[in-house]
Amino acid sequence: MMAPNAGAMVGIVIVSHSPKVAEGAADMVRQMVGDSVKLAYAGGDPDGNLGTDVAKIMAAIDQAWSEAGVAVLVDLGGAETNSEMAIEMLDEDRRDRVVICNAPIVEGAVIAAAEASGGSPLDVVRRVTEELSPQ
Amino acid sequence: MSGSTASEAATLRRLIDAVAQAVIAHAEELTALDQAIGDGDHGLNMKRGFEAVQADAAALAEKPLAEALRAIGMLLVMKVGGASGPLYGTLFMALGKAIGGGADAAGLDAGVLAGAFAQAIEAVKARGKSQEGQKTMLDVLVPVQQALQAGGADLLARLPSVADRAAYATVAMRAIRGRASFLGERSVGHMDPGAHSAALMVAAACGALEG
Repeated sequence: MMAPNAGAMVGIVIVSHSPKVAEGAADMVRQMVGDSVKLAYAGGDPDGNLGTDVAKIMAAIDQAWSEAGVAVLVDLGGAETNSEMAIEMLDEDRRDRVVICNAPIVEGAVIAAAEASGGSPLDVVRRVTEELSPQ
Repeated sequence: MSGSTASEAATLRRLIDAVAQAVIAHAEELTALDQAIGDGDHGLNMKRGFEAVQADAAALAEKPLAEALRAIGMLLVMKVGGASGPLYGTLFMALGKAIGGGADAAGLDAGVLAGAFAQAIEAVKARGKSQEGQKTMLDVLVPVQQALQAGGADLLARLPSVADRAAYATVAMRAIRGRASFLGERSVGHMDPGAHSAALMVAAACGALEG
Protein backbone atom coordinates (compact mmCIF):
# COMPACT_ATOMS: atom_id res chain seq x y z
CA MET A 1 0.00 0.00 0.00
CA MET A 2 3.02 2.29 -0.29
CA ALA A 3 3.53 4.97 -2.87
CA PRO A 4 6.75 4.47 -4.82
CA ASN A 5 8.52 7.30 -2.98
CA ALA A 6 7.20 6.40 0.47
CA GLY A 7 10.73 5.74 1.64
CA ALA A 8 11.34 9.47 1.63
CA MET A 9 8.27 10.29 3.70
CA VAL A 10 8.20 10.45 7.47
CA GLY A 11 6.31 7.50 8.99
CA ILE A 12 3.56 7.99 11.59
CA VAL A 13 2.94 5.92 14.73
CA ILE A 14 -0.14 6.33 16.92
CA VAL A 15 0.10 5.15 20.54
CA SER A 16 -3.04 5.08 22.65
CA HIS A 17 -4.08 3.35 25.86
CA SER A 18 -7.07 2.10 23.91
CA PRO A 19 -6.65 -0.29 20.96
CA LYS A 20 -9.88 1.16 19.56
CA VAL A 21 -8.68 4.76 19.80
CA ALA A 22 -5.37 3.82 18.17
CA GLU A 23 -7.08 1.97 15.35
CA GLY A 24 -9.77 4.64 14.95
CA ALA A 25 -7.23 7.46 14.76
CA ALA A 26 -5.34 5.46 12.12
CA ASP A 27 -8.59 4.99 10.16
CA MET A 28 -9.12 8.75 10.18
CA VAL A 29 -5.58 9.36 8.91
CA ARG A 30 -6.10 6.84 6.11
CA GLN A 31 -9.39 8.41 5.09
CA MET A 32 -8.19 12.00 5.26
CA VAL A 33 -4.61 11.65 4.04
CA GLY A 34 -4.64 8.44 2.05
CA ASP A 35 -2.23 5.54 1.78
CA SER A 36 0.95 7.31 0.72
CA VAL A 37 2.37 7.61 4.25
CA LYS A 38 3.57 4.65 6.30
CA LEU A 39 1.34 4.40 9.33
CA ALA A 40 1.18 2.02 12.27
CA TYR A 41 -0.50 2.03 15.66
CA ALA A 42 -0.07 0.46 19.07
CA GLY A 43 -2.91 0.35 21.58
CA GLY A 44 -3.55 -1.53 24.79
CA ASP A 45 -1.37 -3.24 27.37
CA PRO A 46 0.29 -6.64 26.83
CA ASP A 47 -3.02 -8.35 27.76
CA GLY A 48 -5.06 -6.21 25.37
CA ASN A 49 -6.65 -4.13 28.13
CA LEU A 50 -6.38 -0.35 28.36
CA GLY A 51 -2.72 0.60 28.65
CA THR A 52 0.43 0.81 26.59
CA ASP A 53 3.09 -1.73 25.78
CA VAL A 54 6.73 -1.03 24.92
CA ALA A 55 7.01 -4.14 22.73
CA LYS A 56 3.95 -3.15 20.68
CA ILE A 57 5.24 0.41 20.32
CA MET A 58 8.62 -0.87 19.10
CA ALA A 59 6.86 -3.12 16.60
CA ALA A 60 4.74 -0.21 15.34
CA ILE A 61 7.82 1.98 14.88
CA ASP A 62 9.42 -0.85 12.95
CA GLN A 63 6.33 -1.21 10.79
CA ALA A 64 6.14 2.51 10.03
CA TRP A 65 9.91 2.84 9.67
CA SER A 66 11.16 5.25 7.06
CA GLU A 67 14.65 6.53 6.41
CA ALA A 68 13.10 9.99 6.82
CA GLY A 69 12.21 9.07 10.39
CA VAL A 70 9.04 8.42 12.37
CA ALA A 71 6.72 10.84 14.19
CA VAL A 72 4.92 9.34 17.20
CA LEU A 73 1.59 10.64 18.52
CA VAL A 74 0.59 9.64 22.05
CA ASP A 75 -2.40 10.10 24.35
CA LEU A 76 -2.00 10.16 28.13
CA GLY A 77 0.89 9.83 30.62
CA GLY A 78 2.14 6.27 30.28
CA ALA A 79 1.81 6.35 26.50
CA GLU A 80 4.49 9.02 26.40
CA THR A 81 6.73 7.35 28.97
CA ASN A 82 6.45 3.99 27.27
CA SER A 83 7.07 5.56 23.85
CA GLU A 84 10.22 7.25 25.15
CA MET A 85 11.35 3.91 26.55
CA ALA A 86 10.62 2.16 23.24
CA ILE A 87 12.60 4.78 21.31
CA GLU A 88 15.58 4.37 23.62
CA MET A 89 15.54 0.64 23.05
CA LEU A 90 15.75 0.97 19.26
CA ASP A 91 19.01 0.41 17.40
CA GLU A 92 21.31 3.36 17.78
CA ASP A 93 21.09 4.41 14.13
CA ARG A 94 17.29 4.66 14.37
CA ARG A 95 16.90 6.20 17.81
CA ASP A 96 17.64 9.77 16.73
CA ARG A 97 15.16 9.62 13.88
CA VAL A 98 12.06 8.94 15.96
CA VAL A 99 10.35 11.84 17.74
CA ILE A 100 7.28 12.15 19.95
CA CYS A 101 5.07 15.07 18.89
CA ASN A 102 3.40 16.97 21.71
CA ALA A 103 -0.04 17.29 20.14
CA PRO A 104 -3.59 15.97 20.50
CA ILE A 105 -3.52 12.39 19.24
CA VAL A 106 -6.21 12.43 16.53
CA GLU A 107 -5.65 15.93 15.14
CA GLY A 108 -1.91 15.47 15.52
CA ALA A 109 -1.87 12.20 13.61
CA VAL A 110 -3.87 13.68 10.74
CA ILE A 111 -1.76 16.86 10.53
CA ALA A 112 1.51 14.92 10.87
CA ALA A 113 0.49 12.49 8.13
CA ALA A 114 -0.67 15.32 5.85
CA GLU A 115 2.62 17.11 6.35
CA ALA A 116 4.61 13.90 5.87
CA SER A 117 2.71 13.06 2.69
CA GLY A 118 3.92 16.36 1.25
CA GLY A 119 7.49 15.19 1.76
CA SER A 120 8.35 17.43 4.73
CA PRO A 121 11.33 16.36 6.82
CA LEU A 122 10.86 15.08 10.38
CA ASP A 123 11.59 18.37 12.15
CA VAL A 124 9.00 20.17 10.04
CA VAL A 125 6.41 17.44 10.60
CA ARG A 126 6.99 17.74 14.31
CA ARG A 127 6.88 21.55 14.39
CA VAL A 128 3.69 21.81 12.36
CA THR A 129 2.03 19.10 14.44
CA GLU A 130 3.03 20.71 17.73
CA GLU A 131 1.49 24.00 16.63
CA LEU A 132 -1.81 22.30 17.54
CA SER A 133 -0.87 22.38 21.22
CA PRO A 134 -1.47 25.49 23.31
CA GLN A 135 1.85 27.31 23.59
CA MET B 1 30.87 -13.19 33.04
CA SER B 2 31.57 -15.63 35.80
CA GLY B 3 28.67 -17.39 37.44
CA SER B 4 27.72 -16.67 41.00
CA THR B 5 28.28 -18.99 43.92
CA ALA B 6 25.48 -21.15 45.30
CA SER B 7 25.00 -18.95 48.39
CA GLU B 8 24.91 -15.77 46.30
CA ALA B 9 22.32 -17.35 44.05
CA ALA B 10 20.28 -18.42 47.08
CA THR B 11 20.31 -14.89 48.51
CA LEU B 12 19.35 -13.37 45.19
CA ARG B 13 16.58 -15.92 44.78
CA ARG B 14 15.22 -15.03 48.22
CA LEU B 15 15.28 -11.34 47.29
CA ILE B 16 13.53 -11.87 43.96
CA ASP B 17 10.87 -14.12 45.47
CA ALA B 18 10.19 -11.77 48.37
CA VAL B 19 9.85 -8.66 46.23
CA ALA B 20 7.77 -10.36 43.54
CA GLN B 21 5.46 -11.99 46.08
CA ALA B 22 4.98 -8.73 47.99
CA VAL B 23 3.89 -6.95 44.82
CA ILE B 24 1.68 -9.80 43.66
CA ALA B 25 0.04 -10.19 47.09
CA HIS B 26 -0.78 -6.48 47.29
CA ALA B 27 -2.02 -6.09 43.72
CA GLU B 28 -5.62 -5.41 44.72
CA GLU B 29 -4.60 -2.84 47.29
CA LEU B 30 -2.41 -1.05 44.71
CA THR B 31 -5.23 -1.10 42.22
CA ALA B 32 -7.64 0.36 44.79
CA LEU B 33 -5.23 3.23 45.49
CA ASP B 34 -4.82 3.82 41.78
CA GLN B 35 -8.57 3.82 41.23
CA ALA B 36 -8.79 6.75 43.63
CA ILE B 37 -6.32 9.02 41.84
CA GLY B 38 -5.06 7.30 38.69
CA ASP B 39 -6.41 4.98 36.05
CA GLY B 40 -6.73 1.94 38.29
CA ASP B 41 -4.20 -0.25 36.54
CA HIS B 42 -1.17 -0.06 38.84
CA GLY B 43 -1.84 -3.27 40.79
CA LEU B 44 -2.69 -5.35 37.76
CA ASN B 45 0.25 -4.00 35.76
CA MET B 46 2.75 -4.56 38.55
CA LYS B 47 1.35 -8.03 39.18
CA ARG B 48 1.81 -8.97 35.53
CA GLY B 49 5.37 -7.66 35.57
CA PHE B 50 6.40 -9.42 38.74
CA GLU B 51 4.71 -12.66 37.71
CA ALA B 52 7.05 -12.58 34.72
CA VAL B 53 9.98 -11.94 37.07
CA GLN B 54 8.82 -14.77 39.33
CA ALA B 55 8.55 -17.14 36.37
CA ASP B 56 12.20 -16.41 35.51
CA ALA B 57 13.40 -16.34 39.12
CA ALA B 58 15.55 -19.47 38.95
CA ALA B 59 17.49 -18.29 35.90
CA LEU B 60 17.71 -14.71 37.19
CA ALA B 61 19.17 -15.85 40.51
CA GLU B 62 22.04 -17.61 38.71
CA LYS B 63 23.19 -14.37 37.11
CA PRO B 64 25.66 -11.94 38.69
CA LEU B 65 23.70 -9.29 40.63
CA ALA B 66 24.21 -6.47 38.12
CA GLU B 67 23.06 -8.62 35.23
CA ALA B 68 20.07 -9.94 37.17
CA LEU B 69 18.97 -6.40 38.01
CA ARG B 70 19.24 -5.36 34.37
CA ALA B 71 17.28 -8.41 33.25
CA ILE B 72 14.56 -7.74 35.85
CA GLY B 73 14.37 -4.13 34.65
CA MET B 74 13.98 -5.27 31.06
CA LEU B 75 11.21 -7.71 32.03
CA LEU B 76 9.36 -4.94 33.85
CA VAL B 77 9.69 -2.59 30.87
CA MET B 78 8.30 -5.19 28.51
CA LYS B 79 5.60 -6.68 30.73
CA VAL B 80 4.20 -4.08 33.11
CA GLY B 81 2.72 -1.52 30.73
CA GLY B 82 1.39 1.75 32.11
CA ALA B 83 3.85 4.36 33.24
CA SER B 84 5.18 2.17 36.04
CA GLY B 85 6.78 -0.29 33.59
CA PRO B 86 9.38 2.10 32.21
CA LEU B 87 9.79 3.78 35.61
CA TYR B 88 10.45 0.63 37.66
CA GLY B 89 12.23 -0.90 34.66
CA THR B 90 14.56 2.08 34.54
CA LEU B 91 15.10 1.87 38.30
CA PHE B 92 16.25 -1.75 38.12
CA MET B 93 18.25 -1.38 34.90
CA ALA B 94 20.04 1.71 36.20
CA LEU B 95 20.69 0.00 39.54
CA GLY B 96 22.28 -2.92 37.71
CA LYS B 97 24.37 -0.62 35.57
CA ALA B 98 25.56 1.39 38.58
CA ILE B 99 26.35 -1.65 40.74
CA GLY B 100 28.43 -3.16 37.98
CA GLY B 101 30.05 -6.55 37.71
CA GLY B 102 31.53 -8.39 40.64
CA ALA B 103 28.86 -7.38 43.15
CA ASP B 104 26.72 -9.99 44.84
CA ALA B 105 23.47 -9.67 46.72
CA ALA B 106 24.74 -11.16 49.97
CA GLY B 107 27.92 -9.15 50.41
CA LEU B 108 26.81 -5.78 49.09
CA ASP B 109 28.11 -2.87 51.13
CA ALA B 110 25.45 -0.33 52.17
CA GLY B 111 27.60 2.55 50.95
CA VAL B 112 28.06 0.99 47.50
CA LEU B 113 24.34 0.28 47.28
CA ALA B 114 23.53 3.85 48.37
CA GLY B 115 25.73 5.25 45.59
CA ALA B 116 24.19 2.96 42.98
CA PHE B 117 20.70 3.71 44.28
CA ALA B 118 21.36 7.45 43.95
CA GLN B 119 22.27 6.97 40.28
CA ALA B 120 19.21 4.81 39.69
CA ILE B 121 16.99 7.50 41.27
CA GLU B 122 18.45 10.09 38.89
CA ALA B 123 17.56 7.81 35.98
CA VAL B 124 13.97 7.48 37.25
CA LYS B 125 13.71 11.27 37.63
CA ALA B 126 14.86 11.69 34.03
CA ARG B 127 12.48 9.01 32.75
CA GLY B 128 9.47 10.45 34.58
CA LYS B 129 10.58 14.10 34.22
CA SER B 130 9.82 14.27 37.90
CA GLN B 131 11.26 15.38 41.21
CA GLU B 132 10.55 14.43 44.80
CA GLY B 133 7.56 16.18 46.38
CA GLN B 134 5.33 15.45 43.37
CA LYS B 135 3.49 12.47 44.86
CA THR B 136 5.37 9.67 43.10
CA MET B 137 7.52 6.64 43.88
CA LEU B 138 10.44 9.09 44.18
CA ASP B 139 8.97 10.28 47.47
CA VAL B 140 9.77 6.84 48.89
CA LEU B 141 12.95 6.07 46.94
CA VAL B 142 14.71 9.31 47.88
CA PRO B 143 14.32 9.04 51.70
CA VAL B 144 15.25 5.34 51.55
CA GLN B 145 18.40 6.22 49.63
CA GLN B 146 19.20 8.94 52.17
CA ALA B 147 18.80 6.53 55.07
CA LEU B 148 20.99 4.02 53.25
CA GLN B 149 23.60 6.70 52.63
CA ALA B 150 23.57 7.75 56.30
CA GLY B 151 24.13 4.12 57.27
CA GLY B 152 24.26 3.11 60.94
CA ALA B 153 23.09 0.11 62.89
CA ASP B 154 20.03 -2.00 62.09
CA LEU B 155 19.61 -0.56 58.60
CA LEU B 156 17.61 -3.54 57.39
CA ALA B 157 15.25 -3.21 60.33
CA ARG B 158 14.88 0.56 59.95
CA LEU B 159 14.49 0.98 56.18
CA PRO B 160 10.98 -0.51 55.94
CA SER B 161 9.61 2.04 58.40
CA VAL B 162 11.46 4.85 56.62
CA ALA B 163 9.77 3.71 53.39
CA ASP B 164 6.39 3.30 55.04
CA ARG B 165 6.43 6.75 56.62
CA ALA B 166 7.51 8.23 53.29
CA ALA B 167 4.65 6.51 51.49
CA TYR B 168 2.17 7.88 54.03
CA ALA B 169 3.63 11.35 53.56
CA THR B 170 2.43 11.27 49.93
CA VAL B 171 -1.19 11.31 51.18
CA ALA B 172 -0.94 15.06 51.80
CA MET B 173 0.86 15.80 48.54
CA ARG B 174 -0.67 17.13 45.38
CA ALA B 175 0.17 15.23 42.21
CA ILE B 176 1.97 17.13 39.47
CA ARG B 177 3.03 14.20 37.30
CA GLY B 178 1.09 11.33 35.84
CA ARG B 179 -2.61 10.74 35.53
CA ALA B 180 -3.25 11.90 39.10
CA SER B 181 -2.13 15.39 38.11
CA PHE B 182 -5.38 15.84 36.17
CA LEU B 183 -7.17 15.68 39.51
CA GLY B 184 -5.21 18.61 40.92
CA GLU B 185 -6.26 19.28 44.50
CA ARG B 186 -8.47 16.19 44.47
CA SER B 187 -5.33 14.03 44.41
CA VAL B 188 -4.67 15.25 47.97
CA GLY B 189 -5.88 12.80 50.63
CA HIS B 190 -4.87 9.60 48.86
CA MET B 191 -1.59 7.71 49.09
CA ASP B 192 0.28 7.54 45.81
CA PRO B 193 0.12 3.96 44.50
CA GLY B 194 3.68 4.13 43.14
CA ALA B 195 4.94 5.28 46.52
CA HIS B 196 3.12 2.37 48.14
CA SER B 197 4.52 -0.23 45.72
CA ALA B 198 8.01 1.18 46.25
CA ALA B 199 7.61 0.90 50.03
CA LEU B 200 6.34 -2.69 49.69
CA MET B 201 9.40 -3.63 47.66
CA VAL B 202 11.81 -2.00 50.11
CA ALA B 203 10.21 -3.84 53.04
CA ALA B 204 10.25 -7.15 51.17
CA ALA B 205 13.88 -6.77 50.12
CA CYS B 206 14.98 -5.89 53.67
CA GLY B 207 13.02 -8.82 55.09
CA ALA B 208 14.66 -11.21 52.66
CA LEU B 209 18.16 -9.96 53.45
CA GLU B 210 17.53 -10.09 57.20
CA GLY B 211 16.01 -13.56 57.11
